[in-house]
Amino acid sequence: MSVFDNETWRVKVGLAEMLKGGVIMDVTTVEQALIAEQSGACAVMALERVPADIRKEGGVARMAFPKMVSEIMAAVSIPVMAKARIGHFAEAQILQALEVDFIDESEVLTPADDEHHINKHNFRVPFVCGCRNLGEALRRIAEGAAMIRTKGEAGSGNIVEAVRHMRTLISEIRKLTVLDEEELASAAKHLAAPLSLVQWVAEHGRLPVPNFSAGGIATPADASLMRQLGAEAIFVGSGIFKSTDPEARAKAIVTATTHYDNPQRVLEVSLGLVGEAMPGLDIRQMHESELFQTRSE
Amino acid sequence: MTIGILALQGGYVAHAHMLDALSISWKYIRQVRELAEVRALILPGGESSTMLRLLRETGLFPAIQTAGQRGMPLFGTCAGAILLAKKVYAPEQDSLGMMDIAVKRNAYGRQLASCVAQGSSHLKNPMEMVFIRAPEIEILSSEVQIIAAHEKKPVCVQQGRCLAATFHPELGHDTTLHAYFVGLLGQV
Repeated sequence: MSVFDNETWRVKVGLAEMLKGGVIMDVTTVEQALIAEQSGACAVMALERVPADIRKEGGVARMAFPKMVSEIMAAVSIPVMAKARIGHFAEAQILQALEVDFIDESEVLTPADDEHHINKHNFRVPFVCGCRNLGEALRRIAEGAAMIRTKGEAGSGNIVEAVRHMRTLISEIRKLTVLDEEELASAAKHLAAPLSLVQWVAEHGRLPVPNFSAGGIATPADASLMRQLGAEAIFVGSGIFKSTDPEARAKAIVTATTHYDNPQRVLEVSLGLVGEAMPGLDIRQMHESELFQTRSE
Repeated sequence: MTIGILALQGGYVAHAHMLDALSISWKYIRQVRELAEVRALILPGGESSTMLRLLRETGLFPAIQTAGQRGMPLFGTCAGAILLAKKVYAPEQDSLGMMDIAVKRNAYGRQLASCVAQGSSHLKNPMEMVFIRAPEIEILSSEVQIIAAHEKKPVCVQQGRCLAATFHPELGHDTTLHAYFVGLLGQV
């Protein structure tokens, strides 16, 4: 697909490549951003409220205040990401003018457009988008996303949705690799995704952009689990600053993300945690309308 | 012969693809004991502050210094180059100090300043260079040779068996620099 050859696309995906193996942490203040950086975050996500608070307080969740994002950008040396509402390309234009390093077109914020996502090819700043399955991932990539994160259920402190989405994505990718050309055309129809992207995935056995995990990661063990299931890096939203031990937990999750396949190391950092993880929610007890993950397809 | 790729955080997968293209075996390095199994080490791009924390925590910080002093070839790209430098600015931070260079982090600006450019090198001219939030090298001693330049600035330098690039050769299709690095193993 020709889009993968142009230079803007290469530097967008290039930055995503550099975030692999790392932890991207949600922060709402400069102080939190500094704690995240010192704890080893490879990037921070600046937002107005962490997902757990958005869930609790309700109301419309919008792009973070540009002044706050700008102060965080001045305070840390690592990349700064910020969220824009789904379809709200004006928020994204503002974040690009502010020169953030990555924009998350995120279902955690209240969608601005029920039908359309942002045309991310129109931007020079790279975008990350959420997905629950392969079709959704490929539609976002077709729109110009340079990184995919499985959605999970943000602000829930419950890993079950993140696991479901990663397992679904990896399994659907694997299935494509054994199909012939006619079957791929049919698969593209069922996935509601461009055939060229479906063919690329079938040939390479992976997404054409880095594949990270988000939504419900609260412990070092959660981070290790998602990495072992195929996540190339981890987003932690409420899990750090809604715990009782943010700095220690941030460091422990960073170490567990790097040494995900070394249970001894994950044990050691888990032993070091004396505080409590964020409170969790049972997804089965939640009403469909309370879920963030179903806000976009 | 196996080349190690430091895999604490960052663009280690892309380096593995380059070594695959050269049919050279490689191994990800996350612990000190793994270092004994490789003859050279690549330090990838990524976030140097993240890698620094993990280098200390794992004990790899002094282990890589010792290996380098004993002659193990080291190749740092972007954040990896920052780790190899003697001095780091913007902000100041600790580093392995393996090369007589000073490095200024994010010298070109934020992600919007990232680009693909054509530079020059005696190894290949022009040489394609992918700069991502790239740092800038300042040479501190005559023992440091320029391997590649872009807009009259050194972007790849060598001192002994250490190689540092501010761009990302692993993000292209050109294996010239990786082949050159592997060649350093043969030199006495």
